[in-house]
Amino acid sequence: MLEEWDLLPTDIKDPGYFHKVVDCQYACPAHTPVPEYIRLIAAGRYGDAYMVNWKSNVFPGILGRTCDRPCEPACRRGRVEEQPVAICRLKRVAADYKGGIAERMPSPAAAKNGKRIAVVGAGPSSLTVARDLAPLGYEITIFDENEKGGGMVRTQIPKFRLPEEVIDEEVGYVLRLGVETRFGARVNSLKSLLDDGYDAVFIGTGAPRGRDLAIPGRQEAAANIHLGIDWLSSVSFGHVTSIGKRVIVLGGGNTAMDCCRSARRMGGTDVKVVVRSGFKEMKASPWEKEDAMREDIPILNFMVPKEFTHENNRLTGVVFETVHAVYDDKGRRQLVNNGEPDVHMPCDDVLLAVGQENAFPWIERDIGIAFDRWGMPVVDETTHRSTNEKVFFGGDAAFGPKNIIWAVAHGHQAAISIDRLCQGRAVEDRPAPAVSMASQKMGIHEWSYDNEVSNDHRFAVPHAEKTVALANIKTEVELGFDLKQALAEAQRCLNCDVQTVFSAPACIECDACVDICPEDCITFTADGEEADLRGHLNAPARNLSQDLYIADGLKTGRIMVKDEDVCLHCGMCAERCPTGAWDMQRFLFDMAQAGTACSKS
Amino acid sequence: MSFLPKPKLHHPGLLPNALGYTRRDYEGAISTLCAGCGHDSISAAIVHACFQMDLPPHRIAKLSGIGCSSKTPTYFLGSSHGFNSVHGRMPSVLTGANLANRDLIYLGVSGDGDSASIGLGQFAHSMRRGVNMVYIVENNGVYGLTKGQFSATADKGAKSKRGVANNDEAIDLVSMAIQLGASFVGRSFSGDKAQLIPLIQAALAHPGAAFIDCISPCVTFNNHQGSTKSFDYVREHNEAVNMLDVITGRDEITVDYAPGAVEIVEQHDGSLLRLRKLAGDYDVSSRAEALNFLQHHHAKGEIVTGLLYLDPEPEEMHSHLKTAATPLNALDETDLCPGSAALEALNATLR
Repeated sequence: MLEEWDLLPTDIKDPGYFHKVVDCQYACPAHTPVPEYIRLIAAGRYGDAYMVNWKSNVFPGILGRTCDRPCEPACRRGRVEEQPVAICRLKRVAADYKGGIAERMPSPAAAKNGKRIAVVGAGPSSLTVARDLAPLGYEITIFDENEKGGGMVRTQIPKFRLPEEVIDEEVGYVLRLGVETRFGARVNSLKSLLDDGYDAVFIGTGAPRGRDLAIPGRQEAAANIHLGIDWLSSVSFGHVTSIGKRVIVLGGGNTAMDCCRSARRMGGTDVKVVVRSGFKEMKASPWEKEDAMREDIPILNFMVPKEFTHENNRLTGVVFETVHAVYDDKGRRQLVNNGEPDVHMPCDDVLLAVGQENAFPWIERDIGIAFDRWGMPVVDETTHRSTNEKVFFGGDAAFGPKNIIWAVAHGHQAAISIDRLCQGRAVEDRPAPAVSMASQKMGIHEWSYDNEVSNDHRFAVPHAEKTVALANIKTEVELGFDLKQALAEAQRCLNCDVQTVFSAPACIECDACVDICPEDCITFTADGEEADLRGHLNAPARNLSQDLYIADGLKTGRIMVKDEDVCLHCGMCAERCPTGAWDMQRFLFDMAQAGTACSKS
Repeated sequence: MSFLPKPKLHHPGLLPNALGYTRRDYEGAISTLCAGCGHDSISAAIVHACFQMDLPPHRIAKLSGIGCSSKTPTYFLGSSHGFNSVHGRMPSVLTGANLANRDLIYLGVSGDGDSASIGLGQFAHSMRRGVNMVYIVENNGVYGLTKGQFSATADKGAKSKRGVANNDEAIDLVSMAIQLGASFVGRSFSGDKAQLIPLIQAALAHPGAAFIDCISPCVTFNNHQGSTKSFDYVREHNEAVNMLDVITGRDEITVDYAPGAVEIVEQHDGSLLRLRKLAGDYDVSSRAEALNFLQHHHAKGEIVTGLLYLDPEPEEMHSHLKTAATPLNALDETDLCPGSAALEALNATLR
C-alpha cells in the first residue's frame, strides 16, 4: 500500500527526466548533444561531429573558440574528479578536422514560400534565424551596418582568439542558403521596415553601447579614455593600430580581458586590469583571466576608480580608492573603504569595459512595441515575440548582454515562432523535442559505446609561444588540440547520454549492481520520504540538483534508488546484472527547430 | 563477467577509515564469476567488514581451496596475503600458516564442494582443533564449475535446473561445526548484507574457530523454482534468530530496545556484540539448544540464520599446544638455538 510520504517512481518515459541527466546538453542553451559529438570525435568522424554541432549551434568553429561554455561547469566529470571535459575545445577539434562538409550543407530552398522576413543585425542570433528559415523557403533579408556579417563576433572578439577565416566560413554557410543581405546600411526606422510589408521582423541588434564612467576628469581626458567595445571594433577594422605604453583597463568581464590582451599587442607594455570587485566575483571566465595573466597582465581587485587625472587635457592616470567587500544578512554586497590612502596609477590610456547597454533609438515607440522602464522591449521568454505580433527579438537585444550560445538558442526559438506565425499556427504552442532511446547492448559485456572510464586528467590546449603571440594581433594564441590529445580528451567523456535504465520485474535483488557500482549510486531500500532517503543511501545523495531514479515493483517490496549525481555511465551495473534488469540505452534528445530540413544528413 | 576493470574513480564523499584507507582500497580484481553470483555479494560483505573494522590489509591472510567460491579471494582484499590451495585442503594449509604466524588474521574461504565433499575431513578437524580463523563456506548447493550437479549440501528433495530431485540427505555444516567444537557459528544469506556484514565482523573479532555458512544462490545453476538455495526460496524461508551489531564505541550501547530484546555479549578481546533477538528467547550460548532449534526448524523447511552459537570463553589451538607467542619468522637465532645448556635441560626432562 502506498503511504502518503512514499516516493513516486520515476517516469522515465518523460523526456525531461533523462534530458536532465545529460548535464552538458541540459546546460547548453541550444541543447547541443555533447556526448554524441564527442563520441564521433573519438571515432575519428570529425565531419559528422561538426554537423551534429552545426545543426544545434550553427557556429561550431566560432563557439569552439569563444563559447562561454555553460556545459563545462555542469559536466559530471567535474564532480567525480577535478576538472570537466574540455567540451568547448573538442568542438573546435570537430571544426578544425572536419574536412569537406560543404556538400552536406542544406541547399537554398528550391521554391520560395512567398513569406518575407526582415532580420535586423547580422550577429549570431540573426544568422541562426536565417539558417533555420531560409531552407524552408522563406525570403530572408538581413540588414547590418557593417560590410560583413557576424555582428559582435566579428567586431568585438579579437582576432587572436578568433581568426577572421573561421568567421567568414561559418557566416558564409548561412549566407549561401539563399539569403539576401543589405550590408553597410543602418536601419533607421522599424516603422518603415514594417511598412515594407514583411511578414515578420527579427531584431538581433545586440547590446551595442558601452557603458561610460562619469567620474571627474572624464571630459578633460577624453582623448585617451576609450569605450572598450568601440575600441575593440576599431582595432578589428584596423582603424586603430596603436595605444600608449601604460594602459589601464577598467572592468572585470570578458570584454575587459579582450581589451587588455589587445592592448598588449598594440604597443602596451605595462597593461593592468583594475576591478572593483574581488577576483572570484569577476564576470570574466576563469580561462580568460588565466590567459590575460599569462600575458603579464596583472589583475588588481577591490579598487574603485575615483578620478581621471590629467594635465593640459592629457590623461596622466587614475585615482582609486581601495575597498573590501561587506555582506549584509541578505547576502547583498557593499564595498567599504579600507581607510587607506587613495592610490594614483599613472597611465597613458584607459579602456572602459564596465558593461554594455542596449539601445533602440531606431524603434519608434508608437508601433505597438512596449518597452519596460529600463528601456528594454517587453519580450516573451519562450516565443521571443514582442508586443507587436510580427516583431521578434533575440540575442543581447532581447534580454540584455549574455553570450553567443544564448543568442543562437534565441534564434532557434524565434525561428520556430516566425515559422508558426507565417503558417497561421499558434506561436505559443511549441513543438516537442525528438527523443529516441536505443539499447547499446552488443553482447554479455559488450556495448556499442566505449564504456571504459579514462583516468586521465584534463588536457591543456597548447598555446603559441608568448613572444610570437604578442607580436601580431592576428596570431591565434590557442593552437587547438592535436588529434592524439583530442582522442585522449574525448575519452574522458562519461557518455552521460547512455542512460542506466532499470526494469523492476526482471530484478532478482542479487545486489550485483550495488556491489560493482564504483560510485555507490545504487541502493535497494525501504520506501520513504525523499529528504530522509537521501541521507540513508549507500552514499548520501547531497546534491539536490540531481534527481533520484526511483523504481518500485520489486519482489521484496523495497524500492531501487539510484542517485544520478556521480554515475559514471560505465555500464558495470548492466554488465554484472544476471537478468538484464539494467540496460544501457542511448538517449538522443534533439531540440525542435523550425522545419526539419536543416541538414541533409 | 566483465572484461574491463572496475573504474578507479569513486564517490567524492567516500570516507577513509582510521587507517586512512577507503572501502575501495579493500577491493580486489574485478570478479570473473557469473554476473549476479551470490559469492560476489559475500566478497563485498568481506570488503565492508574489513574496512569498517579498520583492519590493516597486510595483516590479513586469505586462503581458499578449489571452486567458484575459492576463486573469490582474488576479488577482495587485493593487498592482503593469499593462498589458493589444493581442493579441500584449505583448512590444513590455514592451520599450518596459523601455527607459523599467529599474528595474522586468517580468513578461510571455501565452498560446499570444497568443504562438505572432498574436504569434509579437513573441515571437521580444523573445527575440532579450534584454529583461530574465520571459515566462510559460500554455500550454493551445486557444483557450479562443472555445470550444476548437486553438492553435498543440497537439500533432499530439492530440484535441479532440469527438474531432477535430489535423493541424498544434505550435510548441514552449521550443525557439524557446533558439534565439532567451533566456538562461533553463524549462518547468513548473500542477499542480506545487513545481517552478513556484522556477522563477518563479529567472526573476525572472535578469538577462536569461527564458522559462517553463507547461502549464496548460484544464478546460473541453482536459482530456479524447486531449488532450496534460490534468492526467492531463501527469502521466503529465512528464519533469522537475531540481528547482530558489532559495537566499537561503548556509548552506542545506550540505544533503546524493548527489555529482553537485546543481549550484549562481551568477547574475550573486549569487543562487544549486540544481539537483537528476533526469534523468542533463543540462547546463543547453548550448544544443545542450538542443535535442537536447528533440527526443529529444518523439519519445518525453514532456514535458520543469524549468530547461532557463541562460546564467550573460547580456547584456541595455540593455547592447547603451548606454542611460542612470537611468530616463527620473528624468532631470532638465540631464540631458535638457545645453546647446549638449554638442550641439556630439555634432555633431562625426558630421561
